[in-house]
Amino acid sequence: MSEQAPRSLPAWTGNLLLSATTFCIFVAGWEAAVWAFGIPKIVLPPPSAIAVAFWQSLADGELGWHLSVTLYEILVGFVVGSAGGLVLGFIIALSPLMERIFYPYVVAFQTVPKVAIAPIIVIWFGYGAASKVVITATIAFFPLLANTIMGLRATPQDQVDMMVSYTASRWQVFRMVRLMQALPYIFVGLDVAIVLSVIGAIVGEFVGAKAGLGYLILQKNFNFDMAGTFAILIILSLIGVGLHVVISMAQRRIVFWMDMSGEHVTGA
Amino acid sequence: MASAMPAASLAPRHSAPAAAHTAAQCLVRIAGLQKIYKTRDGNDIHALKDIDLDIRDAEFISIVGPSGCGKTTLLKILAGILSRTSGEVTMAGRSLSGPSRELGVVFQAPVLLPWRTVLQNVMVPIQVQRRDRAVFEARARALIAMVGLAGFEHKYPSELSGGMQQRVGICRALVHDPSFLLMDEPFGALDAMTRESMNEELQRLWRESRKTILLVTHSIPEAVYLADRVVVMTPRPGRIVDVLDIDLPRPRTLAMQNTPEFGRFVAAIRRHFGATGSLDT
Ligand SMILES: Nc1ncnc2c1ncn2[C@@H]1O[C@H](COP(=O)(O)OP(=O)(O)OP(=O)(O)O)[C@@H](O)[C@H]1O
Ligand SMILES: [Mg+2]
Repeated sequence: MSEQAPRSLPAWTGNLLLSATTFCIFVAGWEAAVWAFGIPKIVLPPPSAIAVAFWQSLADGELGWHLSVTLYEILVGFVVGSAGGLVLGFIIALSPLMERIFYPYVVAFQTVPKVAIAPIIVIWFGYGAASKVVITATIAFFPLLANTIMGLRATPQDQVDMMVSYTASRWQVFRMVRLMQALPYIFVGLDVAIVLSVIGAIVGEFVGAKAGLGYLILQKNFNFDMAGTFAILIILSLIGVGLHVVISMAQRRIVFWMDMSGEHVTGA
Repeated sequence: MASAMPAASLAPRHSAPAAAHTAAQCLVRIAGLQKIYKTRDGNDIHALKDIDLDIRDAEFISIVGPSGCGKTTLLKILAGILSRTSGEVTMAGRSLSGPSRELGVVFQAPVLLPWRTVLQNVMVPIQVQRRDRAVFEARARALIAMVGLAGFEHKYPSELSGGMQQRVGICRALVHDPSFLLMDEPFGALDAMTRESMNEELQRLWRESRKTILLVTHSIPEAVYLADRVVVMTPRPGRIVDVLDIDLPRPRTLAMQNTPEFGRFVAAIRRHFGATGSLDT
């Protein structure tokens, strides 16, 4: 047998182990604190009660419907908003005239808290999913816009010079270099936008809705069902994490050259 | 190496009577060239002042000079990617107004695209100029092998050392078989051994293909070894202070570097920098 060093476990197993351990300690401490100090269930439910509520809502047919409504609002709002930000970002980055026309409005619009205009949007678009899609889209819009503009301007002059010295046209420089340089920035924008989209949909449902996880949270809150509320919060964070993972995976495939230089030393 | 591009291909398409008597001889004429960089704080930088230089067809010309004397500036103007403040540059009888397909440029930094493999990076000029991929890919692979990177065709730039990246940049400048090659310190990132073998390759390539080559270098022996003429520049503002004819016989060998004739050329050039001493040996 050759003296081959044992293959070390991939870094993520270590991370996972660490997270799992902290999670267990945290949950155990919470449970113990609730019992030890006799905290009432309607102030802070113990993890065991949340687990039961979580299980019950899964078994309950209602949850699937509310979940699908919220997911629909998140995804459609995200796609519409980020596509809009992407397109306007290209237009602004590529045309100085368009930049002068649009950019002041974009900045003004960005400074308005989207949560504050949510009630207006609900009045305009009704209590159904449409108003939540619009709210989500307005929130997802800006990260894409800002990152697309920044990305399209990130190309080093060296690379443009190199392309031009081989007689590349403006379009060739754009397609072969500037677009590729913008991709990492666009993915950062998508990642921010997807997380904000979850917030957008829930805020919209808080303002006025007939269905959805936000609506369900309000309902359970009115009934002092704290364990049930927490259970839905867990579902919401699972949605957020899941969508973030999807984006990260796409990013790692498409912008593959960004973490190639990074054979970083992690841990021991 | 593939066959030489005929030297005549750079001649003007329609005859230019005014330049007719020099067209056969002279590829590039630089007359009264100035470059002043406008900086934000208002202190303009006079990077090139009163540059006059003729580059003959199929000539090998080296430029030496201390850091900041305007070598890269001159090269970028000739490459058609930097505007001139005043003066006239003609290439093959026509006033220079932009980049040309007959040009190959090696930049001071490798400037590779990180999402492209070595082979894909070398093929950039072919793709840009819509030349026949099948034909030139074979050439690209031959060039990659020539610079000692066979087997690295499908690696990405981040997997290569600085010197390897620089050699990929050299292949990219040669792949479309340009008749005029501009090289900005192409061997700066290489170790002495690789540098010497690259120098030999470059001499062989030049002799076989009869390209016109302009080489910017920090190394005086390298300049003398390769060039027909060495242009010496000094900074602030960047000017040409001397042009030496290197009449050493061809082909030159590395052993020649130890001869007194070679030493005299090196000493003559080094005298210009005696005080500053800012050049390598
Ligand atoms: N884009 C720019 N804007 C302003 N000044 C510049 C710019 N590029 C170069 N310069 C200045 O012009 C002068 C000549 O620069 P250049 O890059 O041509 O020098 P160089 O001879 O190539 O030097 P090195 O040997 O270090 O590469 C320098 O003083 C530099 O500061
Ligand atoms: Mg330079």
